[in-house]
Amino acid sequence: MLPRLANLLGIESLSREQINFFLDQARPFQEFQRHPLKKLATLRGKTVAVAFFEASTRTRISFTTAASRLGADTMALQAEASSLKKGESLMDTVRTLEAMKPDAIVLRHSSSGAPDFVASRLEIPVLNAGDGTHEHPTQALLDALTIRDRKGQLEGLHITILGDILHSRVARSNIYLLSKFGVRITLCGPAMWVPRELERLAPELRRSLQIEEALEGADVVIVLRVQTERIHEPALAPDEYIAGYQLTPERLRRAKPDALVMHPGPMIRGLEIDSSVADGPQSCVLEQVTNGLAVRMALLYHLVGGPPTDAPDPPKD
Amino acid sequence: MLLIKNGRVLDPVSKTDQTLDLLLDGECIAKVGANLEALGADTYDASGLIVAPGFIDLHCHLREPGQELSETIETGTRAAARGGFTAVCSMPNTQPVNDNASVTRSIVERAARSASVRVWPIGAASIGSKGEALAEIAAMKAAGIVAVSDDGKPIATARLMRQVMEYADSLGLLVIDHCEDPSLFAGGAMREGAQSLRLGLAGIPPQSESICVGRDVEIALLTGARLHIAHLSTRRSLEHVRWAKERGLRVTCEVTPHHFTLTDEDVCYDTRYKMNPPLASRDDRAALIEGLGDGSVDAIATDHAPHHPASKDVEFDRAPFGITGFETALALGLRELVHSGKMPLMRLVELFTSGPAQVLGVERKIAVGSPADLTVFSTTYEWTFRAAESPSKSRNTPFDGRAFRGAPIATVVRGQIVFRR
Repeated sequence: MLPRLANLLGIESLSREQINFFLDQARPFQEFQRHPLKKLATLRGKTVAVAFFEASTRTRISFTTAASRLGADTMALQAEASSLKKGESLMDTVRTLEAMKPDAIVLRHSSSGAPDFVASRLEIPVLNAGDGTHEHPTQALLDALTIRDRKGQLEGLHITILGDILHSRVARSNIYLLSKFGVRITLCGPAMWVPRELERLAPELRRSLQIEEALEGADVVIVLRVQTERIHEPALAPDEYIAGYQLTPERLRRAKPDALVMHPGPMIRGLEIDSSVADGPQSCVLEQVTNGLAVRMALLYHLVGGPPTDAPDPPKD
Repeated sequence: MLLIKNGRVLDPVSKTDQTLDLLLDGECIAKVGANLEALGADTYDASGLIVAPGFIDLHCHLREPGQELSETIETGTRAAARGGFTAVCSMPNTQPVNDNASVTRSIVERAARSASVRVWPIGAASIGSKGEALAEIAAMKAAGIVAVSDDGKPIATARLMRQVMEYADSLGLLVIDHCEDPSLFAGGAMREGAQSLRLGLAGIPPQSESICVGRDVEIALLTGARLHIAHLSTRRSLEHVRWAKERGLRVTCEVTPHHFTLTDEDVCYDTRYKMNPPLASRDDRAALIEGLGDGSVDAIATDHAPHHPASKDVEFDRAPFGITGFETALALGLRELVHSGKMPLMRLVELFTSGPAQVLGVERKIAVGSPADLTVFSTTYEWTFRAAESPSKSRNTPFDGRAFRGAPIATVVRGQIVFRR
């Protein structure tokens, strides 16, 4: 057992041992997803606040389902329905949630660093469900779990991440995680979305602007969504992106024959990925979704679970 | 009358560096000499301390009128006095903007009532600092402004810059520009580089500043008018200024203490590290320190930018830019520039006194008949800066809790001690 983490804010600060620990802890929860009755009592009586200050469907449902399958209750807050629109600050909103005494808060926010900011001011664990263009740690863990299952180990693999790296929190968390295991990472995308300084984020990082070259010999291809909502600079014409960077069956042949194709979703078919690749035999997109549940259950169990704290002694007169 | 005895007088203008007494009479220096006596004068013993001409800050935000929750002329100038400043130039981005003589007069009147140190207002270059029509610059000059600037923003276009520079120069006024290219700045929160990529914060490339400095230098070449670059932060910007100086253009610049102390590698999600221009690279910092030493940089200016705590207690990308700076400026200068051996103490004093004075076209020296504005400081006094104890209404400084060696010990304005430690 590792000492319990206070929060899960990102992958960057985790050690290889901690990552392995979480991947191992997710194992039984992977099995569990196949049970006919998917309810544990592990976190019965616990409450997990799921606060999403940015639109999301799959990550929110995944966390809510993970909590409920562990037996915890959830409190949901969505930006659209909250008082944020009325001008309340993030801290005030979060303190209000805290006053309802949840045991942890799962936070998704469009500002990079929002979970760090909240965690430094709250007592309860904060679990980062994606912050701005910073990190998305549970996505990287579920990706690693998927790769480890299929490839046996992470060490020595060649993994290509394809798309808008600059604006991708998924890419950052994956870079931090994979580089801790000695994975050779190739980043590929249109030049302005793959800045040179990215190579300073981790060792063994290679930048390639040619998709054919980037895919050569890859064991895994992680395709990112083109995040049109985050792009400040003039956007690239979709046809231009498709011509240069769409993952097509022909291009995929450059990778190893048994290469995995992954996508964090939501996927835009016909833009970053060709439909036949998305649905093809090498695709693990749906497996990623199922593994997401297992990883999130393992993390919630780690951050919230464990023996209940002793009830305080009754006052003595 | 005030007799300041036994101080080590440092005056960059006359190159004086010796132990002397100063007799202040009314608002002027009456006598300078050894072993002065004056019957009936109050005496201040400055043994072991430096006595320098009064420090001038070319760049600060006092937030009055309109943003009194963050600062007022009264609280801001008390903080300035604690920082050893005897005169501060207040930027016009108040509410309303100081773009006409009635706002200027109101600032001058409020300062006369409540300020601890001299307040020299800077007027807006364009109406509302909107970058369209010229503000009433001549009328503001008559009301007391010392320069014009649209600070907070660059002067919007090359054409407007040309008009402002020509017109202000005809009035004997300085134009100060906050240099950035809005299209490159583009919603950025910190300097672009490995650290901005790591933190996932939108980056501002250094060329956002240097392109605008280059533009302004070209306009200075076109017009021959005076130009001062505010809070210069990059190597390339400094190279533009050097080029202009070598060409004999009347171009000057200032650097802030935080830019010669910190770099983008210090930035974390703490909004006290968010300022504009953003903390630059290690290489830029080295260039700034070199420029401060070799005379390419004319002055140290604080860009004191108070923001009330609630406005900074938000997500990094939503926080306003700026940090407070009066009370840590000298201590940072001593630590980063003098104690570290980068420059002699006399040069640091120059950057706080005759340097900024020359930028404004005024004199600042220790001589009989000069204004009795003095900064008395120690280079050895050990202390810890506590933002909570500041008279400023704001607390937004990354230097809270830092231990320093050297500090202002007394600040004298118009012959009166307005602060003593």
